Amino acid sequence: MAGNEREMRLRIRSVKNISQVTRALESVSAARVRKAQQAVVASRAYAGRAFEVLQYLSKQPGKVSALHPLLAARDEVKKIQIILLTSDRGLAGAYNTNVVRTALQFARQQSQPVEWLTLGRKGRDLLYRVGAKIAADFETFRGSPAFTDVTPLARQALDDFISGRVDEVYVAYTDYINAVKQVPQVKRILPLSLELTEQVNAENVSEKAGLAREYVFEPSASALLDTILPRFTQVTLYQCVLESLASEHSARMVAMRNATENAKDLIVGLRLAYNKSRQLNITSDLLDIVGGVEALAKSTQQNG
Amino acid sequence: MPMQCEIVTQERLIFSGEVDMVVVDGQEGRLGILPHHTPLLTTLKIGELVVRANRGEQRYAIGGGVLEVRPDKVTVLADVAEASDEIDLNRALEAKARAEKLLTEGIKVTSHPEEYANLTNALLRANVRLKIARRRQGGFEG
Repeated sequence: MAGNEREMRLRIRSVKNISQVTRALESVSAARVRKAQQAVVASRAYAGRAFEVLQYLSKQPGKVSALHPLLAARDEVKKIQIILLTSDRGLAGAYNTNVVRTALQFARQQSQPVEWLTLGRKGRDLLYRVGAKIAADFETFRGSPAFTDVTPLARQALDDFISGRVDEVYVAYTDYINAVKQVPQVKRILPLSLELTEQVNAENVSEKAGLAREYVFEPSASALLDTILPRFTQVTLYQCVLESLASEHSARMVAMRNATENAKDLIVGLRLAYNKSRQLNITSDLLDIVGGVEALAKSTQQNG
Repeated sequence: MPMQCEIVTQERLIFSGEVDMVVVDGQEGRLGILPHHTPLLTTLKIGELVVRANRGEQRYAIGGGVLEVRPDKVTVLADVAEASDEIDLNRALEAKARAEKLLTEGIKVTSHPEEYANLTNALLRANVRLKIARRRQGGFEG
């Protein structure tokens, strides 16, 4: 009986430790969600301004697609590239599986062959398991990513697209809606489309009307597009990375909160059982003593 | 009459406010932009950007980008922009020494044209930072 109680004490202690760890993870994640969200908002300023200029340039005489190879949709799409954004670490509920499932579903719907670029170990491993063709895997970043951290990834996608190795590039990421809702999405980033995108909010383009009618170009419109387009592509990608990061941490936060609550319930149950068994022991000990005393009293009476 | 000026990088809004004059290194040479400037779109070189307002001025190190000018507004889409008081002098010195060492130590234009260009750019950026940091003056925002 006593051994059992010791075991229970140990178990209560270990569950308590676990709940402390999960609670700590929860608050760390909460802080990271906020940080990633702030970074998304901060990068919208650039995306918005760059988009204004792009839209203006695209209204120059001549066909939009003829302006720059990054804007030109290919007549025949022979190969598709998908950039899959997942996390390195688990313990984030269904975050990784959801985005991978959405991406794979999308890939199956395509008639063309698909190749993958992966950022995040979980996504890479899941793709390996289903035998998908991974062209390159990229390292994730520690802490909050800087813009230059996504350069290698953006570079690879841009090079593959320009060289004609792939004809369309998509990114599969998780859009952060709010603390309890994150939606996995697949979005085309190349060729660039000049439709209003979600990243470029209406508020940021509201000054579009303020664009002057005639600009002087130095050195030329195409040189300007050469400068802006790759950066704009990378900003879009950067925002997807940040959205995914916010989603990851948010998913982890919820998962950890659930874990903490489960641990609490477990502790309540264990403690109840432990106290019961302790009381039972005391009662039986008391019964023994009282019984002993009574037996002793009886025997002295008989003797005396 | 002042005009609006915005400096943004991919990561954040660096500066936004009313200014009297902007001086910047454009692709085709140095530009001084006053209110009512003719609409202009140009790419920027790695260089210095000076914003003047209220008789004060603030200097920024710019790592290339795009400049858009309207009569009442100047927008700078910069790849890198650091205010003079944000520049880490020691880091810039180190970067300069590193780039110079690699450049003299045999990375040739012919064999690695891209790497060579990257290094030259790094050296340029470091030099601009150093120049600005050394001329550090009080910003006009107090």
